[in-house]
Parts: sequence; C-alpha cells; structure tokens
Amino acid sequence: MNRKLVFSIFRYNPQEPGSSPGMQEFRFEETENLNLFVALNLIREKQDPSLQFDFCCRAGICGACAMVINGRPGLACRTKTAELPDKIVLMPLPGFRLVGDLSVDTGAWFRSMNERVRAWIHTDEDFDPDAPEVVMDNHVAEQIYELDRCIECGCCIGACATAQLRSDFMGAAAMNRIARFMLDPRDKRNNRDYFEIVGTDQGIFGCMGLLGCQDVCPKNLPLQDQLAHVRRKMGRQALKNILPWYRN
Amino acid sequence: MRIIYTDLLCIGAGLAGERVAIEAARAGFETICLSLVPPRRSHSSAAQGGMQAALGNCIKGDGDCPDVHFQDTVKGSDWGCDQEVARMFADNAPLAIRQMDHWGVPWNRVVPGKSCYYKGGEKLEKEESEDKSGLITARDFGGTAKWRACYCSDGTGHAMLYTMDSVAVQHGVQVHDRTEALSLIHDQERCHGAVVRCLKTGELRAYISRATLIASGGFGRIYRASTNAVINEGGGQIIALDTGVVPLGNMEAVQFHPTGIVPTDILVTEGCRGDGGTLLDVNLERFMPQYEPEKAELASRDVVSRRMQEHMAKGMGVKSPYGEHLWLDIRHLGREHITTKLREVDEICKNFLGVDPAESLIPVRPTQHYSMGGVRTDKNGAAYGLKGLFSAGEAACWDMHGFNRLGGNSLAETVVAGMLVGRSVAGFLQEEDMRVDTALVRGELKKQQERIDTLRSSTRGEPPFEVRNRMQDILMDYVGIFRNEKDLHLAVEKLQQVLQSAENLKLSSSGAGASPELSLALRLPGMVRLALCVAFGALERRESRGSHAREDYPARNDRDWLVRTLAFWPGGRALPRLEYEPATKVVEIPPGDRGYGGCEVISAES
Repeated sequence: MNRKLVFSIFRYNPQEPGSSPGMQEFRFEETENLNLFVALNLIREKQDPSLQFDFCCRAGICGACAMVINGRPGLACRTKTAELPDKIVLMPLPGFRLVGDLSVDTGAWFRSMNERVRAWIHTDEDFDPDAPEVVMDNHVAEQIYELDRCIECGCCIGACATAQLRSDFMGAAAMNRIARFMLDPRDKRNNRDYFEIVGTDQGIFGCMGLLGCQDVCPKNLPLQDQLAHVRRKMGRQALKNILPWYRN
Repeated sequence: MRIIYTDLLCIGAGLAGERVAIEAARAGFETICLSLVPPRRSHSSAAQGGMQAALGNCIKGDGDCPDVHFQDTVKGSDWGCDQEVARMFADNAPLAIRQMDHWGVPWNRVVPGKSCYYKGGEKLEKEESEDKSGLITARDFGGTAKWRACYCSDGTGHAMLYTMDSVAVQHGVQVHDRTEALSLIHDQERCHGAVVRCLKTGELRAYISRATLIASGGFGRIYRASTNAVINEGGGQIIALDTGVVPLGNMEAVQFHPTGIVPTDILVTEGCRGDGGTLLDVNLERFMPQYEPEKAELASRDVVSRRMQEHMAKGMGVKSPYGEHLWLDIRHLGREHITTKLREVDEICKNFLGVDPAESLIPVRPTQHYSMGGVRTDKNGAAYGLKGLFSAGEAACWDMHGFNRLGGNSLAETVVAGMLVGRSVAGFLQEEDMRVDTALVRGELKKQQERIDTLRSSTRGEPPFEVRNRMQDILMDYVGIFRNEKDLHLAVEKLQQVLQSAENLKLSSSGAGASPELSLALRLPGMVRLALCVAFGALERRESRGSHAREDYPARNDRDWLVRTLAFWPGGRALPRLEYEPATKVVEIPPGDRGYGGCEVISAES
C-alpha cells in the first residue's frame, strides 16, 4: 500500500495581480524511488501548471534546486520522499530574492559575491601559447579541486544565521572560494590582498561560528575547516596591520 | 518595451558561449550573455570524465600528437565530419587546455613512479616518467589510440565552467540570466539581435546586437529519456530554424551514451570504462569482447550502445520494473580510486540508486546524450544564411563530430571553438556596422507579444505538458538507436499531428509573469519542428553511419551518402526542406575502416 503524501508548498507569484503569500496543499501518492524532482514535476503537470520551482541537471551537480525541505535546506533533486514523513513542507531558500513560489534568484547573489571576492586568478603573467603548462603538484591540484566542488546552490546561505540577519554578509560559499584561491599557486595575491576583501564583518569576522553551513552542504565541503583557516590567516593579518613587527 | 543595445549578444552562457564572450570582451567589445539559468548551472557543468587534448604527458599517452587526435576524431565521426574543422580542432586543443590551466582549472597532474591501472577486468602496471612530473595528465576514453582525456576527478566540466565564468566576471562580461530568446530579429539577410522573454518577470525585451551567437547547447529533451539537463530543449536551434534561411545540419545524428543509469537516466562517465570498468550481462559475464575483440568496452559510443542493445535483444538483459538494462562494474577499481577519481559517480550512485559502486553493480542502458547536429556554420563559426549570426559548441554543427562524437571531444570543442569562433566574432565586430530598422524590431516584438496574448486567452486546445509528452514518446518509440523505414514513416506522420496540436495549445494557468506553462507553450512548436528534422532526416538518409543505424540499410554508403543533411524550414511548410552538401571539402583521410563497429561499407569508387 503506497503512502498518501501531503505536500504543503509555499505559493506567491509577485507578477500575478491578487497573489498573496501562503501555503497550498497537494495530495500525491508515493511511488517506488520517488524523489522531489519527479514529484514536483508531476504536481505541476497534473495539478497546477503555474507552480514555479527550479531544476536543471536533476543529478545533484548544478545546484539549481536548493529549497527548504521540512525545515532544512537541501537539494530537491536528490531528496527521496522515502526519507521524509507523510507531510512534506517545501519553502523557498531564504536569503535570496524570491522569483515565485519555490524559485529564488541565486544567480544575481552569486555573481555579486564573485565580483566582491574578485574570484579569479590574479596574476601579472601573460599566457604564453607556445610554452608547456606550469608544473603543479598533483596533490595541490586535488586540494584546489576539493574546494572548487562548491556548486553555489545557496544552502549554506539559507542555513546561516548571520546571512539572515544581514544581507551584506558574504557567507561560507565566499569564504570557501577565497580559501580555494589562497591554495592556488597561480593566484599571486598575498594575505594583505585577501584581507582587503574578507577581513571585515561582512566577511570572515561576521561569522558567528554556528556552522549550519557545514551541516547542510550537499557536497560535504569542509566549510568548518575553511572558515577556521581563513579566520586564522586573517586574524594574523589584522594583527600584522596594527603591529608591523608581528610575524606569523 | 525595453530595447537593449550591445556589440555581441551570446545566447547561452555555458563554456562555448562564455568563451566567445570573453574573446570579444578582451577585444574591447560590449558583450551580453543570455542564459536560461545562472551561468554556472549551464549543462557544461555536468560534463564529467574529461577533455581531449593531445598533450602526451602521461606514459599511456606517450607519442600522442594532434595528428593522432585528428585521426581518432575522423574515424569516430564515421567520416561524417568536416576534416578541415577537425584538423583546426585537434591542432588547437593543446593550446586551449593550457589556457584553461593558466586561468585556473585544477587539472590532475602526472605523478611519477609506478602505479596500477585496469584494462577491462585485468590489473596492469605503468610507470610515469620523472621528467613529466606535475604536467597535466590524462585518462583513457573510448575510440582513442592514446590516453588523452584530461580531467579534474570526474567534475571536469564543473571545474572548467567555474573557471570560465570567473574569467567572464573578471572581464566584465554581463550575464542576463533567466532569460529566453524567443526569436531572432532579421531581414532574411542580416541578423540584428533577438526578442527575449525574462523568466523572472515575463517581460519581453529586444536586444539589438551587431553580432549574435547561438551557444545554447543541445536538444536532448525532445526525447523522454535523456541524460541532458531539463533546460536542453533546443531553444537556440529553434530560433535559427524559424528564420527559414538558416539550416540545421545533420539533425538525424543523435548520440546515445552507453551508461545512463536506470532509472532516472543520469549519466555516469565514460571514465568508468576508461579507468577499467566493464559491462556485464544478466549472467554477470563480460560481453563486449565477443563483439569488439580489439576495443571491447572502449569502442566509440555509437558502437558500444548498439552492441548493448543487440545483446539485450538476445535476452541477455537484466529485467527490472524500469525496463531492461545491463550492469556497469567498477568494483575492482577499489574504493580509493572511486572516491577520488570518480567521486561524482560515487555520489550519483549513492544518492539516486542507493548503491555503493565500490560494492555493487550499477544498472545502465544506452540513453540519449548528445546532439551532433545543430546550427550549421562555416569553419569560422558563421551561420549559413544570415550575416552577423554565429554559433558554437553543442548548439552548432561546426562540424567536427560528424555522425558520432568521441567522449571528451565536446568539452574540448567548447573551448577550442569558443576561442576560434570568438576570434572570428571579434574580427567581424571590428569591421561590420549595421543599420537598425526600428520597424523590424517593433514588428518582431509585436509578433512575439501576440503569440503570448493568443496563448493566454486561448479557450480551445490541448495542455502543453501532454503534447510535449506525446512528442517525447514518439521519438523514444520510433527514432531510437536502431531505425527503419516503417518506424520513421510512422514517427514523421505522428509528429506532424503533434505539431498541429502544439500550434493550438490551451493554458490551464493564467500564464502571468514567469509562468512555466507559458514558457513551455512558447517553446513547444519549435521543439516538435526539431523532432521532425531529426525523424525526417533519419527517414531520408538511406544508409548507416555512426549513430544513425538503419536496419534496412545496414551499410555505410560512401558512394551516395558522404554528405551532410541541411534542414531548412521556410514558414508555412508541414515538413523541413532537406538539402545536402559534401561532408568535407578537404580530405586528409579518405573513408576507410574505423577499426571497430564491424559495419559494411559501400565504397565511393564502387
């Protein structure tokens, strides 16, 4: 006997005259191996074609489908209904501008974050098309890739108390990004340069250390370690800025 | 209504679109990319296993060079490609990958010394040389003579896309995400930009651009089961075809990847087999060596998919509630290898199948994966038929893939074509000005607004989702891996009926704002036209070549069919008009034996 699921879904379409925020219930019979990607698409096809949500790769790779699932930020595509109770409450990810229903504007947020963090390789060296690539230790490449795995889904922002309190907080995704460039020998920025970017309370010193980010990251990024690492480096840099003779 | 002016409008912000945009921005031009999704969610991010570039750093790639890469690519294409383009591609791939390295991609590197690897089920040993230590390494992929697929674990596309977008941010390339181009603005000779719908608000805008690029990826989602992201519905090809003057090339050339997982159709990388994984049947026995003694699991994708299908037809498939499948076995590679070099595969298996691939077999079957066909361009990326229109990446038929793309050649194409087409776009922008006829712009805006108004007020017609499902099922049932005249006739007939339904839809929602139902309704007639280009092109091509396998014409026919299909769709027609051009003008390698696949050949001289 299949379970009868009740989906309670946040509804609000800012573009629809007369629309007001509220929850709407949909009934749906569970099938084997059902996940939220399949369920939401079938609800849209069979019950309400105006329902807005975001899926793209539906394979846990692109980060499009983050939402709050029974109170916890996560990727909808890889959430199986079998892991959830009969009643499933879906809310849009907080901290981002709402597009409609479960759809939020993560694109603008992450573009702005990447601009603020200046998240690209800073180097004076020009690319030489005739030269072989610069040698790098494979272990270093793997360490960079480890942090490069962030899919900018926004779960860490949705789960971050500071980000909910202040919209200019850069969040764990930004600190992880900075840590990725700190590791990369191709990026010639030094700690003073990084301090200019994240050595503030919109950056690393705004983190209250609640570490909801680490708990919800669907890619299991070592966010706790990275936050500690960046904080330690930037703390030392702060000291150095005040006491020029201080050495790491 | 809002009108936005720019030098270059890129429709699509995946690897190819952004690479072209960066080239134009670096030359000093204002560049805007449109994207259905935030750029880093583009489907480029889902490319897993690697990018082909003949660096020859690792020991199993020793002696590799662009010549060998070129040969592999031409054979892989079953001689359907343009050899001049394949040559430009292979020659430039090493440069393009080193530039991506300079920009920050964390490629895996050569580690000197002895290590183990697997080929088929067998454990072997190799020794990497000290003098290549720290250079970009590579893994084995199908249809190649050397280990050439450079990689970052199995998140290669992700790492490349994030790096590419970071360079786009650095150079001030603007991205207008959540937008969808509904039509090109043109006067039958010159492209002037596009009419675009905002997917945040539903607003219509016109973008007027001196050059316009289509880099919107493939159209796999015309099939019910596809490894593609849900956004790969062919938007770019649709607006090109709708001009009536721009042809789509080789639309019948559709790739089925051997290892989509069952159920959900998510891809697991060819790197699984490249790293030594094997395919097993219902008796848990390897079967590929009996069909392909030389290449076994590492023949080209079209061949492996056909062999799997053949083997299942002999009753050797595994029955499941989701249909028949075979097994992919990577258990012998060991947990450490899987969690470092195949970690996306590890995650996908655990999250979507509930299976640990270090302990259990992975259920797989051939699944629609790649569109070799697309907007036909010349070797500089300029689209046929409209001046000022360009195309690159999977959206285009440039055409280095012919009738079958090799694994790892699509990531490589995005950055190589992006670089080369980017240069030609920048050159075009240096030279070419444009007179804008505002009546033309207003006329196109009005036309699209009327389409929206008609759909929103329609009281009769069918629901868009149902019509889409019908189209998808027809392609699954009649235009799959093996094709024949009877099925293809049926497909064309049924799709023509579906086209009529798609042109008379009724919404059950209001269609306000960014309504997903309205979005589909606007896109659907174009999707069905693409489906008809695929089915009709396949019906007319009376031979087998690469991924196009006709049961009733099993031979590759170089005498009559060494040609590229061009599908035009002038307004008001029920079917596309097909023309043909020679597959290649330059012939470096005359048609011959691929060395795998065992296909009979009718030679050009006969």
